[in-house]
Amino acid sequence: MGDILALLFNTAVFGAALRMATPLIFAALGGIFSERSGVVNIALEGMMLMGAFTAMFVSHQTGMPWLGVLGAILAGLLVGLLHAVFCIHYRANQVVVGTAINIFAGGLTVFLLRYYFGAAGTSPSVATIPDITIPLISQIPWIGRIIGRQNPLVYLALIAVVVAHIVIYRTSWGLRLRAVGEHPRAADTVGVNVFRMRYLAVALSGALAGLGGTYLSIAHLSRFSEGMTAGRGFIALAAVIFGKWTPYGALGACLFFGYADALQMRLQDIGIPTQFMNMLPYVLTMVALAGFIGKSVGPKASGQPYIKG
Amino acid sequence: MQSRLKTIRWQGIATPLVAVFLALLVGAGFILFVGENPLTAYRILFMESLGSVRNIATTLQRATPLMFTGLAVAFAYRAGLFNIGAEGQLYMGAFAAAWVGFTFTALPRLIHLPLAILAGMIGGALWGAIPGFLKAKLGIHEVINTIMLNFIALYLTDWLATGPFHGGSWVPETARVSASAALARLYPPTRLSSGIYLALLAALIAYLILWKTKQGYELRAVGLNPQAAEYGGINVAKNTIIAMAISGALAGLAGTEQILGLHQRFIVRFSADLGFMGVAVALLGKNHPVGVLLAAILFGALQTGSAAMDRLTSVPRELITIIQALIIFFVAADYLIRRILRMKEEA
Repeated sequence: MGDILALLFNTAVFGAALRMATPLIFAALGGIFSERSGVVNIALEGMMLMGAFTAMFVSHQTGMPWLGVLGAILAGLLVGLLHAVFCIHYRANQVVVGTAINIFAGGLTVFLLRYYFGAAGTSPSVATIPDITIPLISQIPWIGRIIGRQNPLVYLALIAVVVAHIVIYRTSWGLRLRAVGEHPRAADTVGVNVFRMRYLAVALSGALAGLGGTYLSIAHLSRFSEGMTAGRGFIALAAVIFGKWTPYGALGACLFFGYADALQMRLQDIGIPTQFMNMLPYVLTMVALAGFIGKSVGPKASGQPYIKG
Repeated sequence: MQSRLKTIRWQGIATPLVAVFLALLVGAGFILFVGENPLTAYRILFMESLGSVRNIATTLQRATPLMFTGLAVAFAYRAGLFNIGAEGQLYMGAFAAAWVGFTFTALPRLIHLPLAILAGMIGGALWGAIPGFLKAKLGIHEVINTIMLNFIALYLTDWLATGPFHGGSWVPETARVSASAALARLYPPTRLSSGIYLALLAALIAYLILWKTKQGYELRAVGLNPQAAEYGGINVAKNTIIAMAISGALAGLAGTEQILGLHQRFIVRFSADLGFMGVAVALLGKNHPVGVLLAAILFGALQTGSAAMDRLTSVPRELITIIQALIIFFVAADYLIRRILRMKEEA
């Protein structure tokens, strides 16, 4: 019993949980902005994948990983705009467009990988963003070992959660965003430009998901490999729902899913198959949707194209 | 009025064709990007997929699972449901079929093969019925639940095939299904299986259910307007579950065909997006069984030809994945295409 407790409350596991959660946090924040504006975004997976590839590619070409971060944000933004154009302007079914983007990103990244780097399913190793030590915090016992020395992107993700919360709940832009997602007609009547709000939100969503992908290819690892997001975009989507479309809620969900991920290998040693831990986020999200742990209800106008009239 | 109807019918066929054309056009840009001639690449793609009987057989082999997943998505769509869970239903059906295939090895073929197919259908149907039930009883939209169930099925079958039912070799797969449960190969050395007959039969049955039975009438009524259907005395909840179960059974058959026909064992993660491609096939086929069959053959041809294009030119075979995604974009944005077509008429 003592062994299991030591296993569950291990600073190394908590540290790993935070790292596993980082790409999820970025993508989930992206999901929140998009869904809050009324556009369903199941394309987070594809946006992350494009971000991961672009970050690796720019870092490979320039040797400067921070430029890779910028490149990934830009790539995610462009994919976000693609999603926005089809969903908002051409009124295409948002789930269908999301599916198309995921397939598109899976194809395009491997297409480019093979064109630039030959037949292998993995890119060469590239320059990564090094971990940093936060002076005073790293001295604190226990907590210091969890958050004292991490990747800058890990800290950035945590900051982004707070910023997203403030933007959504404490600014007039956030109020308009929520209005557009709940009742676009009413928002339109009082002079909010529904199309522009949605374009901005979906582009931001792509940029954030791209940033999440960055962490995978040039921080967590130092290369891009085929399909390396491995469903994380969908786990992020699950975190959005599980966290009831709020930044802090999503943060909690991402940390919990990251924790489950970090525990995988250790739990396998005591006989729990890794696949069961992999399933956990998806099972919990279904349970949350069914209302067993406080009902999750999304923005009202989510999924419906707005037709000005 | 007459000419207006004619225009609508013509547009029904024109939209998918324009979408395919636009996708190939954008695809040509990608071919130019890698420094090849689009015409050469597309000629290879065409000849290697449809240029000989053997190539056609391979194309049909690639098309078979897409026919099933396309039918699955289309069937649910007709009842107003968006089943993007075909991938998960496919895995559950595939595993169920494989399990019957490698477990009841003493059975004669006449019983064993139909039993394995039935198991595959039931596996998919049950997995499809879950989101149907959750929508019918709790009003939860099926899209999120089907996505979640895709991953649950993926990991569940992964565990089954590497844990309790691991085949014993170092690869993550089950034991082989016995010959008595395997689908016949129709045109060796290609791997086209008699599963294609099942697909054609499934398309016919899907058509008959939807348009020639009272059940199908109810399903379509629910699809067109659930409130009106309910008011008209149709049990929407029951029809939602039935539609998802039938859709799941069709997706399960896709997995069944892949296991009993192609792989003859369950291999972890064998599908490579067959379920998601079903969304593309259904859309392109305008959610009609005949359209679905044709769209599946087109996708099968693209996949078959891509291997040769990859070998003979420097165009990576993933071009085809890109083109398939582009087709979905353009079909989904039929609002855009209708505008293009209208502009042409006016010009």
